[in-house]
Amino acid sequence: MMLKVNDINVYYGAIHAIKGVSFEVNEGEIVTLIGANGAGKSTILNTVSGLLKSKTGSIEFLGQPLSGVPAHKIVERGIAHVPEGRRVFLSMTVEENLEMGAYTRPNSGVADHLERVYEQFPRLKERHRQVAGTLSGGEQQMLAMGRGLMSDPKLLMLDEPSMGLAPILVEQIFEIIASLHKAGTTILLVEQNARMALSVADRGYVLETGKIALSGTGKELAESDDIKKAYLGG
Amino acid sequence: MVFFTYLISGISLGSVYAIIALGYTMVYGIAKMLNFAHGDVIMVGGYICYIALNSLGLPAIVAVILAMIVCTVLGVVIEGLAYKPLRQAGSLAVLITAIGVSYFLQNAAQLIWGATPKNFTSVVHFSLPAGLMSVGLSSEALITVLACIVIMIALTTFVNRSKLGKAMRACSEDKGAAQLMGINVNRTISMTFAIGSALAAIAGVLLCSSYPVLQPTTGSMPGIKAFTAAVFGGIGSIPGAFIGGLLLGIIESLAKAYISTTLANSIVFAVLIIILLVKPTGLLGKYAPEKV
Repeated sequence: MMLKVNDINVYYGAIHAIKGVSFEVNEGEIVTLIGANGAGKSTILNTVSGLLKSKTGSIEFLGQPLSGVPAHKIVERGIAHVPEGRRVFLSMTVEENLEMGAYTRPNSGVADHLERVYEQFPRLKERHRQVAGTLSGGEQQMLAMGRGLMSDPKLLMLDEPSMGLAPILVEQIFEIIASLHKAGTTILLVEQNARMALSVADRGYVLETGKIALSGTGKELAESDDIKKAYLGG
Repeated sequence: MVFFTYLISGISLGSVYAIIALGYTMVYGIAKMLNFAHGDVIMVGGYICYIALNSLGLPAIVAVILAMIVCTVLGVVIEGLAYKPLRQAGSLAVLITAIGVSYFLQNAAQLIWGATPKNFTSVVHFSLPAGLMSVGLSSEALITVLACIVIMIALTTFVNRSKLGKAMRACSEDKGAAQLMGINVNRTISMTFAIGSALAAIAGVLLCSSYPVLQPTTGSMPGIKAFTAAVFGGIGSIPGAFIGGLLLGIIESLAKAYISTTLANSIVFAVLIIILLVKPTGLLGKYAPEKV
């Protein structure tokens, strides 16, 4: 098992945002967390990557506990987090953003990684000297994903990669996710676009107000009546 | 000819402002705080250099390096003890703390070195060809301007080219995302204070070499002027600090010469107000474009 999240409880001040959530991600899988706005999906990813702390419970990655490990050390363990809203460095160039993604890697391997990311995202290569703030939303999402891949992660966590993108770009992003999966990357995907997420996912968890309400394979969830009603528009 | 003399004195003064402003602007860019104690670090740099020269009898270059080391340590300690615990606190709390640190340094200096002004001997004094001297160029002015240019180029190269410099820019834009890249934000902030404080030491030595009166409040007025210069040029921008500092020095010097000595400071701040009214982000400041 790659990632094992066991009974975590996360608070924002007095607000109990995540209530005893447990789930796991196996090597080579795409696992998705779906749910409405405010269900706690991003909070869970932020807790795994160390930006937030869980009061109780444990998170294990490749058999090692992650609790108490500061956020900047978690990347080194092999988890890349592509945050919600992309959060690329807008005043830096595309290439500088990608270099930042490889910050924890020895300098010798950076050129190879850069080449690989440019192969995956030819668009980024075309614009490598452009300042990230001038990219379109879809390009920024590609940059954020490429930046995540620069650390050569064992687990890639994507937070709402389709947010705010035109349908054709959403398709494109999900094609990239599927191809990353085929290449062997393990992916934890958080999405509001449940239909798209379940179509690529091996397994999924449905979050409701900080708790896991349902879980199953991507197919089971996509066909479940409750899910259809609540998230897939009937 | 007289105009040139004033212009040179303005450029030299402006270069000191620019070096100090670089410290202000770097710290602001990354920690998003105004370190009002920055001016007093300049004063400490001046005193360390003075003691090293006069009490310890060290050569000038060693004295300057010693001042830089002490100020670097001082800057990192101030950040760690006073500002780091307030990382999650409101900006007002940090601002008040910075003012507190400023008073603390001034009073500590008064306690240690006394309130009587010391007569600083220039560390960069040598004679220039008579032709240059006659237009008002002194060795101090020359070295100050050269130092400022070298620092400016070195700092720009560092921030744009080096891995640590890029990490600093990443932190200044988005600390959370920087952490997700594996950047140690706390250490990066510490480094910024270290660099800013080392620059403050150089500024202190150069300032006191040109204006040899050293007392516990020596750093406060140049500190405020340099802060003004940083805002003038666009706070957070390194070239902005450079241009802001130079312009401020020149305006101050020319205002003193041609308008009024007593009104010079008022004129400087009036220009700042006008610039901010026309361009609220300062000369080179910009809003980062944002896409949703």
